Amino acid sequence: MTAPSLQETRAPALPAKPPGPFLEFWRSFSANKGALTGLIVIVLIALVAIFADVIAPHSPIDQDRAAFLVPPFWQDGGTLAYPLGTDDIGRDILSRLIHGARLSMMIGLIVVTLSLALGLLLGLAAGFFGGIVDTAIMRLLDIMLALPSLLLAIVVVAILGPGLVNAMVAVSIVTLPHYSRLMRAAVLSQIRRPYVTASRVAGAGTFRLMFATILPNCMAPLIVQATLGFSTAILDAAALGFLGLGAQPPTPEWGTMLASSLQFLQRAWWVVTFPGLAILITVLAFNLLGDGLRDALDPRLKR
Amino acid sequence: MLRFILTRVAMAAVTFLGITALSFFLIRAVPGDPVQVRAGERGITPERHAELMHEMGLDRPVSVQFFSYIGEVLQGDLGASTTTRRPVLSEFLKLFPATLELGLCAMIFAVVLGIPAGILAATNRSSPIDHGIMGASLTGYSMPIFWWGLLLILIFSVGLGWTPVSGRISAMYYVESKTGFMLIDSLMSDEKGAFVSALRALILPTIVLGTIPLAVIARMTRSAMLEVLSEDYIRTARAKGLGVKRVIGLHALRNALIPVVTVIGLQVGTLLGGAILTETVFAWPGVGKWLVEAINRRDYPTLQGGVLLVATLVIVVNLLVDLAYGLLDPRIRHVK
Repeated sequence: MTAPSLQETRAPALPAKPPGPFLEFWRSFSANKGALTGLIVIVLIALVAIFADVIAPHSPIDQDRAAFLVPPFWQDGGTLAYPLGTDDIGRDILSRLIHGARLSMMIGLIVVTLSLALGLLLGLAAGFFGGIVDTAIMRLLDIMLALPSLLLAIVVVAILGPGLVNAMVAVSIVTLPHYSRLMRAAVLSQIRRPYVTASRVAGAGTFRLMFATILPNCMAPLIVQATLGFSTAILDAAALGFLGLGAQPPTPEWGTMLASSLQFLQRAWWVVTFPGLAILITVLAFNLLGDGLRDALDPRLKR
Repeated sequence: MLRFILTRVAMAAVTFLGITALSFFLIRAVPGDPVQVRAGERGITPERHAELMHEMGLDRPVSVQFFSYIGEVLQGDLGASTTTRRPVLSEFLKLFPATLELGLCAMIFAVVLGIPAGILAATNRSSPIDHGIMGASLTGYSMPIFWWGLLLILIFSVGLGWTPVSGRISAMYYVESKTGFMLIDSLMSDEKGAFVSALRALILPTIVLGTIPLAVIARMTRSAMLEVLSEDYIRTARAKGLGVKRVIGLHALRNALIPVVTVIGLQVGTLLGGAILTETVFAWPGVGKWLVEAINRRDYPTLQGGVLLVATLVIVVNLLVDLAYGLLDPRIRHVK
């Protein structure tokens, strides 16, 4: 074990011309191998999701009655017609995973958009108006945060009824407080700055101050949180699917695919293994990207 | 100090009241009124419906109902399950030790592995050890834990036969429930091998439930440690010739642990949420599995009471962490 270096190495001398903000961001971001890997994986998954109909060898819901629980091709009895095997009613697992990618990316996109939009508005209002508005909003968020997020999502689904759309609404509601809190903190750090006062003195109205003056300067932490929000959304929606409260069969959602796999644990490992692996890889990629973005966007963490 | 305590307690009380309101409206937001829900598909005559509504006090104004609900809650009356007809509170208390036992073991697992891993990563910054530990912890943090449970069952229970697939103890043993903690009960019972059986049943659920807290604690320990290691007093300690072990183990760790302890306290919510999935995978007879079953059976009083109890638990633990933090670190007390 080497002793920790007590003195940070000095940053290399600055280049003659300071790089633009985007170039600076990209240099810092692309130096992070993990973040770059995450980005590449996400782009690949997104391509798979977009071209699912072309790539998938079979339909995700077609049942082959002659091929129940066929193992992956490299095992005895496996066939290249079903590269990752089939499930208990003869559906191609690879095709279901490919179409599942489309669902997961869509879930991520919709959930993040919904929760970001609502959370941002609440946080902006709380930070900007302060006083009673702030107290009311923050107490409401405290109540939401007092419940474990999965339990709160379950409660929402219990009210709305199970299903993919309701699961997305539930996860959006559950993840909303994180955006609000970040947004509020960012607004509070900006609102006393001279440029805001200048804008106010110049006659900018409330809406202009909120959305045109302050909001653009608060986006960095929200971008990071939105990226991490994709992984939470995919994970929570899959958990709801697994509990039978999210997407319903025969939808090829990854968590839902796992819900019915419990009974095949003893004889068909592939039915259990691949959907979870797909969730893990996707979530990990978004977390890597989020971490990399935070390091690149947050000047306090820059070395 | 008193002012700090009172503010925090008042805030917790407001949150509790809000949760009570949430759980009160939960049952009313469900399509159909409670009588119809209870009658289910059998249907009910309008006369009987009105009679039952009156009996349950549901024909009173909502505000009256809400205040009487708060009164009932404060007296510990959370209604009765529609499936077992037993009081929700006593059902919860019967099942809670199983969840608590699992949660405590998961927390111990996470702390015992997470803190040393974080220290190791911080003291070997940017080395393969650091990258390895951080990579593993990000993977753990990204883990769909229900699948992680299935995978471990597949490998260790089905493949190797080392651990049971589900439950708290092998059906071969009968252990009388005295404390509700299977490890203690089996140790006190006369059955030989019961303790080992209970221990084996606990291993996989502990790992599954502890994985995310483990990842969070390792990451937090690393970053807190890195921050502390750059402080002047560490340089002073090194300069006056103290050994690496003493500097890291005593000077650095003591200060780095404050944020880590807070994070550990805040994992209670994660643990209770994770328990829902872990208990479902391992057929663990605890509160999490109970809540999932309540939804599937449309047992709304159970869900309502369970949500309230779990939330209260989280609020109380968070309050205690908050107060402890204020006691340890005077700077917190004075921040408004």
